[in-house]
Amino acid sequence: MASLSVVGQSVPRKDAAQKVTGRVLHVGQIELPRMLHVAVLRSPHPHARIVRIEKARAEALEGVAVVLTGRELGEKLPGIDPAFGPAFRDQPILAIDKACFAGDPVVAVAAESRRIAEDALDLVEVDYEPLPAVFDVLEAVKPDAPLVHEQHRPAKAFADLAHVKAGQRSNICYHFKLRRGDVEKAFAEADRVFEDTFSSPPAQHVPMEPHVTLVYLDENERVNIWTASQTPSYVRTEISATFGIPMNRIRVRVPYLGGGYGAKLYAKLEPLVTALALITKRPVRYALTREEEFLMITKHKVITKIKTAVRAGQITARKCEIYWDTGAYAEIGPRVVHKSGYTSAGPYRIPNVWIDSYCVYTNHVPAGAFRGFGVPQVIWAYDSQMDTIARAIGADPLEFRLRHALDEGETFATGTPVRSFGVKQSLAEAARAIGWGEPSPRSSGTKLRGKGIACGVKAVLTPSISGAIVIMNADGTVNVLSSTVEMGQGAETMMAQIVAEELGVSFDQVHIVQPDTDITPYDTITAGSRSTYHMGNAVRLAAGKVKAELFSVVAKKLEVDPGDLVAARGRIFVRGTEERGMSISEAFLARFGSLGTTLTGEAICQPEAIPMDPETGQSEKCTEYWFPSATSVEVEVDTETGQVKLLQFYSVGDAGTAINPKHCEQQLLGSAITHLGLTLFEQMIFEEGRLVNGSLLDYQIASIRDLPEHVRPIVVEVPHETGPFGAKGVGETGTLTVSAAIANAIEAATGVRLRDLPITPEKVLLGLEQLRSGANRKAPTA
Amino acid sequence: MKRNISLRVNGREQRVEIDDADTLLETLRDRLKLWSVREGCGVGACGTCTVLLDGKPVSACLLLAARSAGREILTVEGLGTGNELHPVQEAFLSERALQCAYCTPGFVLSVKALLDENPDASEADIREYLAGNLCRCAGYLDIIKAARLAQEKLKRARDQVGTSE
Repeated sequence: MASLSVVGQSVPRKDAAQKVTGRVLHVGQIELPRMLHVAVLRSPHPHARIVRIEKARAEALEGVAVVLTGRELGEKLPGIDPAFGPAFRDQPILAIDKACFAGDPVVAVAAESRRIAEDALDLVEVDYEPLPAVFDVLEAVKPDAPLVHEQHRPAKAFADLAHVKAGQRSNICYHFKLRRGDVEKAFAEADRVFEDTFSSPPAQHVPMEPHVTLVYLDENERVNIWTASQTPSYVRTEISATFGIPMNRIRVRVPYLGGGYGAKLYAKLEPLVTALALITKRPVRYALTREEEFLMITKHKVITKIKTAVRAGQITARKCEIYWDTGAYAEIGPRVVHKSGYTSAGPYRIPNVWIDSYCVYTNHVPAGAFRGFGVPQVIWAYDSQMDTIARAIGADPLEFRLRHALDEGETFATGTPVRSFGVKQSLAEAARAIGWGEPSPRSSGTKLRGKGIACGVKAVLTPSISGAIVIMNADGTVNVLSSTVEMGQGAETMMAQIVAEELGVSFDQVHIVQPDTDITPYDTITAGSRSTYHMGNAVRLAAGKVKAELFSVVAKKLEVDPGDLVAARGRIFVRGTEERGMSISEAFLARFGSLGTTLTGEAICQPEAIPMDPETGQSEKCTEYWFPSATSVEVEVDTETGQVKLLQFYSVGDAGTAINPKHCEQQLLGSAITHLGLTLFEQMIFEEGRLVNGSLLDYQIASIRDLPEHVRPIVVEVPHETGPFGAKGVGETGTLTVSAAIANAIEAATGVRLRDLPITPEKVLLGLEQLRSGANRKAPTA
Repeated sequence: MKRNISLRVNGREQRVEIDDADTLLETLRDRLKLWSVREGCGVGACGTCTVLLDGKPVSACLLLAARSAGREILTVEGLGTGNELHPVQEAFLSERALQCAYCTPGFVLSVKALLDENPDASEADIREYLAGNLCRCAGYLDIIKAARLAQEKLKRARDQVGTSE
């Protein structure tokens, strides 16, 4: 590859100046004349029939424009589909006959101010008839469990979910199966069999900017939506499907997000706010409070049963049974259950694998994607168990992983050969950073130290689509049209670097147009560590088309072969002789005879997968690329208080090629620190289906005080042959292996094996107590 | 009840009509359109709506506007001088200490207040002082580096003033 000018450089983010001055635009500050504000009455019951709603007094309150119930939606907006959702159309805009979780929206008010809207809610009376509810995912799968939904209606919105089927009379809305080899035979022939159950609690994304959506009808009565969303294209599709409005009569715009992490995917507030705007014919904005944010979307609670056979020091079989609590509405649960399910045996050479991964309705707050799409939960199970097995058979945990980690070209449990698979490289870097093999200095008595390591891999969502348009202006500046959302990850900067590199213009000359479905082409989703690869390829290809056009103009003018031309420093010239060439403006004049003209290139990146066999989960190509992760930590456990202190913390990820190394490091470390909180203390606590800690006073997230003293992100680069300049994705990598690494270090320090997140001091103390009384396993190893 | 109060915001005297129940956050956003002040939690737990009240960081979501009458309020809009950034902002840029940046104005103001109060703050002091500002992108390492760099910049500026006097 020729030497690169701006790709691979840690150039400053494009949006830095407007962000540090606070000038940046967020949806919450867009105000329109006569704009209404929304407040929503939510069900206090986890499962209840709505018997009667009395709202006349609320409607009479001065300043109230509309008080809306679920039943009225069909009357006021004929033709509306009352339910939406990305996998199943199961989520009503407002509850119709029954509420399915404590927090389910029942009545919405739009009024002159938020305060008036809230006052109006106090005047609404709702009579409920509580129904039997189900909260435990293992109870919910039983045949006699209360049913959350009678029927499941597939949405058909995404190609990767085309295999999701209609179902009924079960709380299991999706079941992923993988069958490879003969698991039972391997268990029968094993030297040892290890069987464990791991759990991971529900948690919330806590983007500092809660969800917010503004909808108005423009002078053409088109539906205009400003929304804090990671999926502008999907929102347009969903609003079109729900309201029966042609796609070109809907315009979705997304400015910078104050964080997303998966919370802002698919449709959230948009259907309700659109309904209110259509009914009132006025601009309507709904900004969630933090308390409401906790009732919007969550990270799945997961229970994983994992059973592993070992013979002669090698793992010969693994069986995973995974139960995902997707809550009252499936949301993107089936995608989470599928994608995480098929990786749940790990990045290891295991000849016999059996996986059952179940997406299960309960009467909890709906669960969706949270930075990792469920993969952190499955790695928590398999890479914790890797350590217990290694210890039990007397192997070094690092060596045991390296012994089993797949090499380039070997087949994954899905039957897919792996490419650009830097698991071993990531493990090696993590081990080097922590000084693996050098003993931890054990301080006296009550403070025990130990090191832990973990690895894992996630596969990118495939198939998916990214479209881009690159417009070159006659002065050599460039506009890039892309629906990739900038939410802090640095996607704009990545795109500008790739386009600048391809066109040989300076990074500062490239402007990225923010997502606007009137002008930016379709993109599946800004999530899942897919934008750098997919949108990066799309903008590179689109820029390449513009470059080819310019080259043909210059070649003709100079009477040279276009293949001898290069673009660099804003000029197009014959390779090796920069003076034989012309500036971009001169090329435009040669092509058009006037300035003010534009050249446009458009491209789509659309990797395909081979659909998995529905019975065995086998596919020669289940994903476009893999992104490996490793974490190493050193902990100090206080045996008197149960406190776990992280002394050292290294987050390693294989990014393919780092387009912007600094941003890759920020993604790795930021997601790792967030996951440190999710490992040690974060959890949503429900009592009889009601959330009891849904406020930032009661729900703790990692603060600056939780940052370990010695932390470092480490970017590994195993280039991918079809990635833009070799790049893959890195947005989720840092989350994947944190929990297992910490638990493994705790076992190294104390001998206590913890299987339920979060790892609170109480659980550590209980483990130590059980160890002393002989109820837990063996003594600590060095 | 509605009433008029006077506030000194970013160096300018402002007269605004408020309701007794209005918070300072609502007043700064809805009346004065200072959009850098953002609500993150509504209970004073996240620091996103931090402003400086007579130089001290407060959560604007917890303070009633009426209680801030006659006081001096600083938001990020009032930092720096026109085209020039404040040294704390410069440090945040140099250290790349922002990602989604929803929390950034709060952090910038907290760091300014800390360094005004305690120019010789240690790293432990920085961690302690900034513990009330949350960043879900968890860019804390860069933020600590930015605070350190801002400290150096401010010290250098003070030394220069000292020698020129």
